Amino acid sequence: MEKEERYIEKLKEWEEKVLKRSLEVLPEKGEFRTLSGIEIKRFYSPLDLKDFDYFEKLGYPGEYPFTRGIHPTMYRSRLWTFREFSGFGDAIETNRRLKYLLEHGETGLSIAFDYPTLLGLDADNPLTRGEFGKAGVAINTLEDMQLMFDGIPLKDISTSMTINGPAAMIWAFYILTGESQGAKWCDLRGTIQNDILKEYMAQKSFIFPPEPSLKLVIDTIEFGSKELPLWNPISISGYHIREAGATAVQELAFTLANGLTYVEKAVERGLDVDDFAPRLSFFFDAHIDFFEEIAKFRAARRIWAKEMKRRFNPKKERSLWLRFHTQTAGVSLTAQQPENNIIRTTIEAMAAVLGGTQSLHTNSMDEAWALPSEKAVMIALRTQQIIGEESGIPNTVDPLAGSYYVEWLTDKIEEEVYRYFEKIEGIGGVIKGIRSGFFQREIAESAYRYQKDLEDMKRVLVGVNKYKIEERLEIPILKVPDELEERHLSRLKRYKENRDPLKVNDSLRSLQRNADEKNLMPYIIDAIRSRATLGEIVISLKEIWGEYIEPVIY
Amino acid sequence: MRKIRILIAKPGLDGHDRGAKVLARSLMDEGFEVIYTGIHQTAEDIIRSAIEEDVDVIGLSILSGAHMYHFRRVLELMKENGLDDVLLIGGGIVPEDDKKKLIEMGVNAIFNPGTSIKEISEFIKNNVRRIK
Repeated sequence: MEKEERYIEKLKEWEEKVLKRSLEVLPEKGEFRTLSGIEIKRFYSPLDLKDFDYFEKLGYPGEYPFTRGIHPTMYRSRLWTFREFSGFGDAIETNRRLKYLLEHGETGLSIAFDYPTLLGLDADNPLTRGEFGKAGVAINTLEDMQLMFDGIPLKDISTSMTINGPAAMIWAFYILTGESQGAKWCDLRGTIQNDILKEYMAQKSFIFPPEPSLKLVIDTIEFGSKELPLWNPISISGYHIREAGATAVQELAFTLANGLTYVEKAVERGLDVDDFAPRLSFFFDAHIDFFEEIAKFRAARRIWAKEMKRRFNPKKERSLWLRFHTQTAGVSLTAQQPENNIIRTTIEAMAAVLGGTQSLHTNSMDEAWALPSEKAVMIALRTQQIIGEESGIPNTVDPLAGSYYVEWLTDKIEEEVYRYFEKIEGIGGVIKGIRSGFFQREIAESAYRYQKDLEDMKRVLVGVNKYKIEERLEIPILKVPDELEERHLSRLKRYKENRDPLKVNDSLRSLQRNADEKNLMPYIIDAIRSRATLGEIVISLKEIWGEYIEPVIY
Repeated sequence: MRKIRILIAKPGLDGHDRGAKVLARSLMDEGFEVIYTGIHQTAEDIIRSAIEEDVDVIGLSILSGAHMYHFRRVLELMKENGLDDVLLIGGGIVPEDDKKKLIEMGVNAIFNPGTSIKEISEFIKNNVRRIK
């Protein structure tokens, strides 16, 4: 660093003459840590970025290591996609909500499935009692998928689907729905979450054991690279890891480690990294610690680009890109004084935008109570529109670059992520870590510590442990009508009656025979063409692969 | 007097286990004996564990919206198995209207997000029926 002595000398002088006196009159209060526990200094200066090399650390936007963003012009050319996660009841009801959101300026769709669907169970399975349509929409058949997108041309919109265990099947429903609308496979755009590793770590919507699950994920990546070049066959997700309790650093480290595991497995299969890496996408949480989140997003891009280059040396620059969707932190929402959640979500959404997200879901204020009401989701969508179209934030690329604090924090997070990479390698990699409960324990420990901080008043949650009031809830709450389940069940019954059972059986047997050796996507598509349901396909594979039962760790 | 024994359970298909795990551990800190079942429990599984572990309190954590069904089912089985003196409490994403209905059905308390561990711990100590 130039003139380092001068900075140190000036600093000492300042400490003597200015700081000392000030602290006598205005002492500092408390500890200063990020939400994830990183200790934060009083201020940052060039002394904190001593070896800072602009081109090595940042580069220009759209240039390696992509810290400033993956595109040279970012939001000046196109804003991020406004994408509100939605779905409840049956396909017909969800179709109405999707159209409502599109009418009000949503620019991409995002589907939430109910728990039975997430676990690959049809609604007529007794294990699903009480769960129908509660946490999302129930999709069991090709007909359900067609009804959900009725009147929504799939060739013109991108759709993200939060589905993991049965991602391959749900994707196949979508592909055939597009086809039935007259869209070509190669024109379909969207994302399936399909990140099974984080299910074992955090979200817990797994079906099969890790090894065959991972095989199925690689099948979809391979199939996508050949048949649906505009589709993101996986969204490697930190969101659920974070929501389950992880710190920002853990979120990033575990997610990137998962991502690298998928790439390794795909390369082992014999795929060329440049054929699939450009379509890998990511999904992160935007929590309430504003600067920490911005630094996390920036560090994420840099680490991914560096590691992809180092480990796989791709030829295409796009293979180094970390493209990501962001959702504001569900876990930061409070049931108390729910209107305050609008403010929390705004801060979090701003962090996502300042961190260079490609797509954003803003949570609704009522989500500590129920799925969002129309009014609440409208405010959430408007929040994005105000940031995007009023605030001026998108005017310039990566506006916080060069901030001593933000650059220091970006470096710090990177450093801590690498420390975790070493640990993960030390325990034998991601799958071994899942089997031994390493990740689950790390996450549970952080969640426990967070709660303890709240209880001990080391952390303030407005309306919860400070500024509490007696209140009557005055916001509308969404109710999923019971009739929707009846409607769905009779549709499912008709669907099953109206098909050739021998053909269904044949297609499922063929799927089973090829489960371990072949890419299963064509077999799944065949089974769906024969009118097999989601549940039937999943059961057929359970018979071959078994089911995963997790170790209980707390 | 022996320690109060609590079963924390996750009924149904819901995988959101952060709250259940944090609570299980925090209630241990408060001096209770706690057993956590893990996820994907049927009402039958829960009742079996409650009997085997001889618990004084059952706590259900449900964030999937399926609370009405699962609480009703656990209450039915508690009656059938003579567990009427066991305290049944719960937490998760439960709207006010449903909360009222659950209390009428016989659930002893529903704790919404943001409830402090102290509050839950006090409630259990003041309302537990088996040990007194």
